[in-house]
Amino acid sequence: MTDLALGRTAADRDRLLRLLQNYGVYLGVAVLLLVNIAFTPHFLSGENFRTQAVQVAPVLVVALGMALAIGSEGVDLSVGSVMALSTSLVSLYLGYGMWVALIVALLGGMVVGLANGSLIAFIGVQPIVATLALMVAGRGLALVLLPQLKDVRDPTMASLGSGDLLGIPYLVLIATALALLVAFVVRRTTFGRQLLAIGDSRPAALLAGLPVRRVLITVYVVCGALAALAGVLATARLSASDPTSLGNLMELSAITAVVVGGTPLSGGRVRIGGTVAGAVLIQLLTATLIKHDLPPSWTQIAQAVVIVLAVCAARERGKR
Amino acid sequence: MTIDTKSPADPVDHTAQEEQAAGPSRSERLSALAQQHGALVTLIVAVAAASVGFDTFMTADNMENMAVSSAFLAVVALGMTFVIVTGGIDLSVGSLFALGGVLAAWGSRYGTAVALLLPLAVCGLIGLVNGLLIARARLAPFIVTLAAMLAARGILLSVTDEGSKTYLVDKDSFFATLGQGKVLGVGAPVWITVALFVAGAVVLRRTRFGQYVYAVGGNEDAAALMGAPVARTKIAVYTVSGLCAGLAGALNAAWLVSGVTILGSGMELEAISAVVIGGTLLTGGFGFISGSLVGVLLLKVIQNVINQIGSLDSAYQQVVSGAFLAVVVVAQTWLGRRRRVL
Repeated sequence: MTDLALGRTAADRDRLLRLLQNYGVYLGVAVLLLVNIAFTPHFLSGENFRTQAVQVAPVLVVALGMALAIGSEGVDLSVGSVMALSTSLVSLYLGYGMWVALIVALLGGMVVGLANGSLIAFIGVQPIVATLALMVAGRGLALVLLPQLKDVRDPTMASLGSGDLLGIPYLVLIATALALLVAFVVRRTTFGRQLLAIGDSRPAALLAGLPVRRVLITVYVVCGALAALAGVLATARLSASDPTSLGNLMELSAITAVVVGGTPLSGGRVRIGGTVAGAVLIQLLTATLIKHDLPPSWTQIAQAVVIVLAVCAARERGKR
Repeated sequence: MTIDTKSPADPVDHTAQEEQAAGPSRSERLSALAQQHGALVTLIVAVAAASVGFDTFMTADNMENMAVSSAFLAVVALGMTFVIVTGGIDLSVGSLFALGGVLAAWGSRYGTAVALLLPLAVCGLIGLVNGLLIARARLAPFIVTLAAMLAARGILLSVTDEGSKTYLVDKDSFFATLGQGKVLGVGAPVWITVALFVAGAVVLRRTRFGQYVYAVGGNEDAAALMGAPVARTKIAVYTVSGLCAGLAGALNAAWLVSGVTILGSGMELEAISAVVIGGTLLTGGFGFISGSLVGVLLLKVIQNVINQIGSLDSAYQQVVSGAFLAVVVVAQTWLGRRRRVL
């Protein structure tokens, strides 16, 4: 009788914990929204929502690529440097028109992704190390191309950065469309299923005859392309190319968004909805602390605490 | 290691017969030698080339300058070597280096003991927390130390009024001589670093703790079965890494006679690069302290050469060290594969 009762409470706690892990990030966003609505003056304005959403967009685009890398039991540390590289390339090629600049920037990101993917898939270097090398070299390369901050004066770029469609900023539309696309790819395509299988167990995927190398390389190429696109979007929003600081610590924010959103670092699972909510959560957290005049140092400490809590939660799930 | 038994490019193929012989074959010994001393050979070649290419390279001034500026990174890399040999990684060292420097500069007004003990206590404590989270809560080292990197930077900012306050060290204090003083014409930080490396090498090679570090990195489960205190060893290495980073920051503050808040970003990468270039495997279980010193010197010589080529942008420094790291890692993976029993 007591055993049964105990079993039930354990099962209940289990279910509660799982619910919290799966939907905790949404709960966090809701709590932060409520706190802000109650205590932050002028929070409930269209203007404020717009600002917050536009700031989330580039982080989310990077985080989508990161979610794929983490789903394949990898990680991409070079995304911040790819953003810097992309902003340099955009500035250099803007003279030939915005589309040329965009394509060159995307190609740059894809080349970096190809290098990362080849090191990981063919040579068998750990993802952290492989992408670490390009994290160092990428920012150097960006600075070689464009040694200092440069204003970007291009009408098309300006309208991409600040324009909107039916009141929704382009940046938000693009990020949302990409999130839907990535979610579709992960859930409904063969590629998505192969990716998750590889993340679950690479040896098993190899034995099952999956094209492991091709999938892994694709993952890092896509991740690089998305980071490069985020670099273009950030450049458009800021109307300036700043290879020294653009994308600094971006790998951290992206990993946090993905992990907080419930994607386990051990791979085999990708939660895009959670990733979106994770990116929003971090943005709201930062905005809340800043709006209430708490120093930036608190933001970093708060972010660190959120990371550790999220990873602790993910670990519990892995163990069961 | 990845399971990849049918790689056509695998260099094992043409040496298969040798591999079957009892004991390490000639090719095995060669690759082990390359793994161990490749960095040293590269360093000698780089120094020789630089001293032929630049008149200013081999001057006593330049040498001393390079030695002192290497010292701080070397101390960070020393702690990192222990962590990497256990198969872990510590991304928080750059922040801890900066935090240690600021705390030391602040504490120096209360005497040398405070200036040294305060950063050691705080950075050691953060390292201890890293170790506890990794060993006891079994979280990924990469994520835990990433969080610690953020948190330490946050603490640093709040200690310095959001980075606006710089604490100065009294130039005449004994603490300042730890950074500025010279013994036999060589800066005190260099001597301290050499002493720490000798101690580190002895600990890793000649003590039971050192054996545990290798065992945990080689195969954690086997180490646990063997009776090695896996969790305690891990906690210890992250604490050592925190202590080393804090001490390096304190020495650096003594050298600069101020606690500079913006230092240390990217230092974790330099330290990891130095350790990896020095022959320590990122997968753990294999590595040496002396290699890390060679790795640091090699990175600094490259930086120095790039600085001497006046027309070359310092951004190339990052490109070169990144490319260098990639080449070394690829070479290591190949050499490691060659020695692996399939």
